[in-house]
Amino acid sequence: MRTEHTKAARLTTARSRRAKLALYGLLCVLAVPFVFPTWWMVTSSLKSAGEIFAFPPSLLPAEPSLEAYGRVFEFAPFAAQYWNSMYIAAIVTVGTLAVSSMAGYAFARIKFPGHNLLFLVVLVGLLIPSEVTIVPLFQMFNALGMVDTHWPLILVPVFGAPSVLATLIMRQFFIALPGEIEEAGRMDGLGRFGLYWRMALPLSRPALGAVAIFSFLHSWNLYLEPVVFLSTPEKFTLPQALTQFTDAYGGPMWDVQLSAATLSALPVLIVFVVAQRQFVEGLAHTGLKG
Amino acid sequence: MTKAVADTPPGREQPRPGGPGWWTARRRDRLAGYLFAAPQLAGTVLFVLLPLGLMFWYSLHDWNVLAGGFTWTGAENYERLAADPALPGVLGATAAFSAGLVVLNLSLALVLAILLNQRLRGTIVFRTIFFSPVAVTLVAWTIVWRFLLQDDGGVNGLLSTIGAEGPNWLRGEATAMAAVIVVQVLKNVGLNMVLFLAALQGVPKELYEASTIDGAGAWTRFRRITMPMISPTILLTSIITVVGSLQVFAQIDVLTSGGPGTSTTVLVYYLYQNAFQFHDFGYGATLSVLLFAIVLVLTVIQWQMRRKWVVHED
Repeated sequence: MRTEHTKAARLTTARSRRAKLALYGLLCVLAVPFVFPTWWMVTSSLKSAGEIFAFPPSLLPAEPSLEAYGRVFEFAPFAAQYWNSMYIAAIVTVGTLAVSSMAGYAFARIKFPGHNLLFLVVLVGLLIPSEVTIVPLFQMFNALGMVDTHWPLILVPVFGAPSVLATLIMRQFFIALPGEIEEAGRMDGLGRFGLYWRMALPLSRPALGAVAIFSFLHSWNLYLEPVVFLSTPEKFTLPQALTQFTDAYGGPMWDVQLSAATLSALPVLIVFVVAQRQFVEGLAHTGLKG
Repeated sequence: MTKAVADTPPGREQPRPGGPGWWTARRRDRLAGYLFAAPQLAGTVLFVLLPLGLMFWYSLHDWNVLAGGFTWTGAENYERLAADPALPGVLGATAAFSAGLVVLNLSLALVLAILLNQRLRGTIVFRTIFFSPVAVTLVAWTIVWRFLLQDDGGVNGLLSTIGAEGPNWLRGEATAMAAVIVVQVLKNVGLNMVLFLAALQGVPKELYEASTIDGAGAWTRFRRITMPMISPTILLTSIITVVGSLQVFAQIDVLTSGGPGTSTTVLVYYLYQNAFQFHDFGYGATLSVLLFAIVLVLTVIQWQMRRKWVVHED
């Protein structure tokens, strides 16, 4: 009786081990199209132009060289473009955090006449992505003399449709805060701003983190708006700049382009690898609550 | 913000505004509410509602930026829209792209989430791998794929090692559309995967145990328990993915520029071409109205479906 039992158990473990192996195999195969492009981008940026086209493709550069990286800065005002992307994304992130946390706080915790109606008005923004309104937005910024400046790339994300999602996330978070915390703050003589700044904000780090990651990525990846609004290469942001590395015939200069692409992806990828839990959960949070 | 003024009681008589009795904690709190919400409200009015109104206004005008002139033409742009010979193709490409993207994205996300939800060591590594393209700059990701999908690129190189010969992906109509969809799915499927994973982990274990005792097989358990329990997440992700698919521009511009022919010219791209390459703002605005209507209708339909289809709500 006993031996039979262990035999059956051994059978199931053998079977489950095989199932496990099959699962790992499947996961590895599925992982290829997710990993290979990034791996290939980084390694190819270190290859010579000839080796990039080697057939079959080589997984590691034969003679790693940073030569193409030097040419990135020769062919384009790449440092300026990099700086543009960085500072615009930084302002958009901080600005979105400020605007959305304040509005989210007001709609969640302050009872003022019309707050439901006004919240509905804000929510309309979710239905109207910037792509829909790009023509009138261009005309508005044109009338203000702000075409070929960075203003549209800052103002629209911070105040317009993209920040509405952020406001929604912040509101959901603030609604869940227990009221006793604010009571305690009131006893200490805090006004509304004090309650928001000293009590609510420090407690809302997860939501703020989610909004920060999401708005930074949104700004970092922004493509249609720069293409529409900017015409001077010195003012370009990275996504638009990456597409400009072409030879005299309009064909892409692959080695230079891949080096530039690697440079544009590296900082975010490093943050992702270092803080991947916050990153994944933060963005999942954005989706869940949005 | 006019409501702020209207709602402040006209208490002019007693106590006097500014007087000690008038400036109550409650009034102060209301004012704080308006002030806190003001930047977002002003932004919504300025950068969402005003452009939305202007969009409708422009669509009723003939307005070529290069030729100049801004003349009222009534419904002429809409008549032109209805008769536009390119429009059926554009709408077809948009529908194919959105449908392909949503179906592939959601099913792959669900499969990956189910695989990662097994009791296996190292699933966190795979989660990181599947999620990593989300962190790669969008245009960088797209540029790499454009290279990989060339005739002599990496994808066909890989295929040749197993003796298969791949097509010139971005030059054939059907393969170009498929390529654009797959590249976009690989970029963002990690987001939906994480959402599904969270939903799967939220399904109470007792339900599975009970049904196993009742003799339900794996497929029945999936259909009868898992699907209904995660249906709110499926609905949510499908709304986000559908609306997102209508905004895809960079990938198309970098990979195919709408080609070959007009086979990957989706509505956003067509709108961009008309407004910013042909400088026809009036018609561009009309196409924007169409895009807006599609987003609106799809969102409303999906919210309606929630009543019928989604079994449980949290």
